[in-house]
Amino acid sequence: MLEFQNVTFRYPEDHLLMMENLSFSVEDRAFVSIIGASGCGKSTIFRLINGLEQPDEGEILVDGKPIAELRQYSAFMPQKDLLFPWRSVEKNICLPMELQGVPEKEQDERCVEVLEQVGLLDYRKKYPKELSGGMKQRVAFARTLLSGADMLLLDEPFSALDYLTRVEMQEWLLHQWEHFHKTILFITHDVEEAVFLSQSIYVIKERPFSEMERVEVPLTYPRSRSDLKRPDIADLKERLIGKLRKGVSL
Amino acid sequence: MRKNLPSALLIAFLLLLWQGAAMGINAAYILPSPVQILVRLWELREPLFLVHLPATMGVTAFGLFISIALGLLLAVSMDWNPKLEKALYPVIVASQTIPTTAIAPLFILWFGYGIWSKVLVTILMTFFPIAITVFDGLKGTKREMEELLLTYGASKKDIFIKLKLPTALPHFFSAVKMSVPLSVIGAAIAEWLGAQKGLGYFSKRMMTQLDGAGVFAPVVLLSVVAMAAVGVISMIERKLIKWRKEL
Repeated sequence: MLEFQNVTFRYPEDHLLMMENLSFSVEDRAFVSIIGASGCGKSTIFRLINGLEQPDEGEILVDGKPIAELRQYSAFMPQKDLLFPWRSVEKNICLPMELQGVPEKEQDERCVEVLEQVGLLDYRKKYPKELSGGMKQRVAFARTLLSGADMLLLDEPFSALDYLTRVEMQEWLLHQWEHFHKTILFITHDVEEAVFLSQSIYVIKERPFSEMERVEVPLTYPRSRSDLKRPDIADLKERLIGKLRKGVSL
Repeated sequence: MRKNLPSALLIAFLLLLWQGAAMGINAAYILPSPVQILVRLWELREPLFLVHLPATMGVTAFGLFISIALGLLLAVSMDWNPKLEKALYPVIVASQTIPTTAIAPLFILWFGYGIWSKVLVTILMTFFPIAITVFDGLKGTKREMEELLLTYGASKKDIFIKLKLPTALPHFFSAVKMSVPLSVIGAAIAEWLGAQKGLGYFSKRMMTQLDGAGVFAPVVLLSVVAMAAVGVISMIERKLIKWRKEL
């Protein structure tokens, strides 16, 4: 379980706090989204979780332990695929294992297993430039999985894709989540995406924020896109958009 | 081949113009024609290819080798340690304001007519593009890629080997391609100023004999060698780096 306990943070170059006394938690194996307007601090939460930034006050715990004492508790997948163009697909996804010193034979086995699961086994020797946008994101997801962490931090991973690919990738991601039993924390500014994917949604309304409103999505898995047309879901989407608009000043 | 056609046509046209002008002036000691230069190159083939070309190539290769080693060392140390960057960067840039041709005689005064004075001139002309271009390459890694590696638990050394080196590799090749012609120029200038052999020395000797074609022959040879070297490096680069445009 991930817990933020009274976390306060401000970027040194900013005069305004990003978050103040923020507390929230995410249960194991949950699919939770964080939504909010651009610049509200969604990505900062991820930077704090993966240790790229340190909180000014408060603590971040994973399974009851401070993250400073832990290793490989979370894996980050950014908006851009950030695949290394000089590495083949398999070399790209083995990168986290290489850094952890996993023996090559084991790397190979796990790489084949995951590539098969994400449907890219035939592409293992290809280079990123030979792949489509959706494929690249799938490779980036495979790389995130192979870091071995139980908590995946996905920062708007599909926002750069065209609409149809995005819809396809969302269904694909749910399938992967059900298969791998990981905790997924998903940042997006797309309300529909958040509703379709997650069990719960945290909403950031303003900056600095000291709480995020938690909204449960009344849908079970597996889901289909027609669920989004249900009156209660359409109503939920409207309510979420309403909450976000209050925080946006034009 | 086809993409080189316009430049080949232009060169052919300029050569024809030159040939015409030289034939019009008809004073080979002032303006020898391209044909006369080629004939002279053939006549002088033994001293040029057996004595003077090896001497100049020796200086060039030696100077370039030391420049690459020195340039890489400077680039990597400046990238590794920001304090070193602050100390070294301005000095390296300032070193380029020194007019090499003006201080080259000083090197000959210090180190004599042997190979070292010429190697030093070559190094002074070539280490700069290597150090600065490779340093820029190392610094040019994407911040987000570096952060991604950090989230995987990468150390500073991991980041250097797995991210910075591959990113800087295309820059390294550009630097070497820039440095090859410069090193040839450096060696030739140094030989002009004081030497007992070498293509620069040979060219100067021909000038004192008012042998226009003889002055040009070693220059043509130098250009051809430099172009061939750049061609070979480009070929290796293409084999090694297929992802240049992706960065």
